[in-house]
Amino acid sequence: MSDLSHPVPASPFRPAATEAPWLRITLTIAVVAILGVLLFAPLIAVFYEALREGVGASLATLANPESQSAIRLTLLVAAFAVPLNAVFGVAAAWLITKYSFRGKAILITLIDIPFSVSPVVAGLCIVLTFGANSWAGSWLVAHGLPVVFAVPGIVMASMFVTFPFVARELIPVMVEQGRAAEEAALTLGASGWRVFFTVTLPNIRWALLYGVLLCNARAMGEFGAVAVVSGKIRGLTATMPITIEMLYNEYSSVAAFTLAAVLALLALVTLALKTLLEWRYADQLAATHRH
Amino acid sequence: MQIEIDEISKEFGTTAALTPVSLSIPSGALVALLGPSGSGKTTLLRILGGLEFPTAGRVLFDGSDATRLTVQERRAGFVFQSYALFAHMTVFENIAYGLRARKRATRPPAAEIARRVTKLLDLIQLPDIGARYPSQLSGGQRQRVALARALAIEPRMLLLDEPFGALDARVRKDLRQGLRDIHDTTGLTTIFVTHDQDEAMELADLVVVMSMGRIEQIGRPQDIRARPASAFVRDFIGA
Repeated sequence: MSDLSHPVPASPFRPAATEAPWLRITLTIAVVAILGVLLFAPLIAVFYEALREGVGASLATLANPESQSAIRLTLLVAAFAVPLNAVFGVAAAWLITKYSFRGKAILITLIDIPFSVSPVVAGLCIVLTFGANSWAGSWLVAHGLPVVFAVPGIVMASMFVTFPFVARELIPVMVEQGRAAEEAALTLGASGWRVFFTVTLPNIRWALLYGVLLCNARAMGEFGAVAVVSGKIRGLTATMPITIEMLYNEYSSVAAFTLAAVLALLALVTLALKTLLEWRYADQLAATHRH
Repeated sequence: MQIEIDEISKEFGTTAALTPVSLSIPSGALVALLGPSGSGKTTLLRILGGLEFPTAGRVLFDGSDATRLTVQERRAGFVFQSYALFAHMTVFENIAYGLRARKRATRPPAAEIARRVTKLLDLIQLPDIGARYPSQLSGGQRQRVALARALAIEPRMLLLDEPFGALDARVRKDLRQGLRDIHDTTGLTTIFVTHDQDEAMELADLVVVMSMGRIEQIGRPQDIRARPASAFVRDFIGA
């Protein structure tokens, strides 16, 4: 960067931390190529396929009740899973970083389990525990609260898969910040809740926002675990990713890709939102990070 | 306020941070807890502030048992080693924090809070920095803001953990006098932790030399210098 904006006379010496030009160019090309093949090309392809038969055809597929129900269900699941995971994530990160207790290492491992366990396995576990054949499941069904093949199961599956995002984002930030600011607030007479809302939360809000955005993106996009617990009932328990798969398998490619484009757009909107907030609060962000 | 430390001990798991120590601090004194790292001086300070609780022993404030008082009830103005200013608040908000945290019945009205903050900014001789954020201040200014924030709650005592530790040598000297002046103006019983024997000897009325969780010697600087009680003290103060 700096050698582009401030051209310096050619020198036989190169700063110790700067790579040779051929290496820099090679690495840059490699990164651009990988991003292009893995990220940009598929994204463009989705939008291209969605709009292949014109905007009208795409919009028509969105207007059908099945697609609308899928979009509604996905938003509903995210509306439950994301706030709950935000609260659990903050609580877990708080516990891990502000207290020392026996079994802390085990708790950290437990938080990471959703990263290492296949979502399909997680879905199966929910089916086995809460399915109609299980003890808990039959009781729930008898009381009119079915979990499996219903919305609660989808929310549970989504929550399981997205559980680590908020906590994982918060833990390093909270470790780095330490306890001093909170202790200072306590010595000034603030109650525990007041300390949390006036000191802890403002200090972690950016990390929390990133965690929530990641969690949201993953919750809306989750396929494997939801596929197992939802039963894929059209118009009832089929989320957007499930509906996309079903439409694609039925060769309704315009409908499938249009819905996929909407899902991608939702993710892009979250990204844009994050960038906008970063830009809007750049000075605050710098102030809280420098210290 | 007179402070009495009565056979206080503190264990972290199996390691003893303080073997029973006793210490009597007269009201209005400026006391240095002096010792190398791991001597237990910070632990003792934190026990006084209510941030740690002793394994055994008692703390008495003006003769009444304060051992079980919570950190909020202690009303100890505490200055932390790296100042622990609230980075997302202006200097004004930082200093006003303790007053705003009071229960409604005892909370001063906004105008009164503003008046007190302005007065404290004058006291630390930084009248114009109320609107700035901590990241825009120098190390010395941060230390003085931390001091003002601690004084805002009308504390019963002032506790400072390595108040000059994060500063360069020249600023240190200036701020030593600043702390002395504030102590003399407010008349608060003031206890500060340091590993710098010059600082302790120059600033304090009473120096408590600590090592490995024990008090090695308590005395006025000139007495400690003249008659070190142990080989450790002689070595540490370089007498």
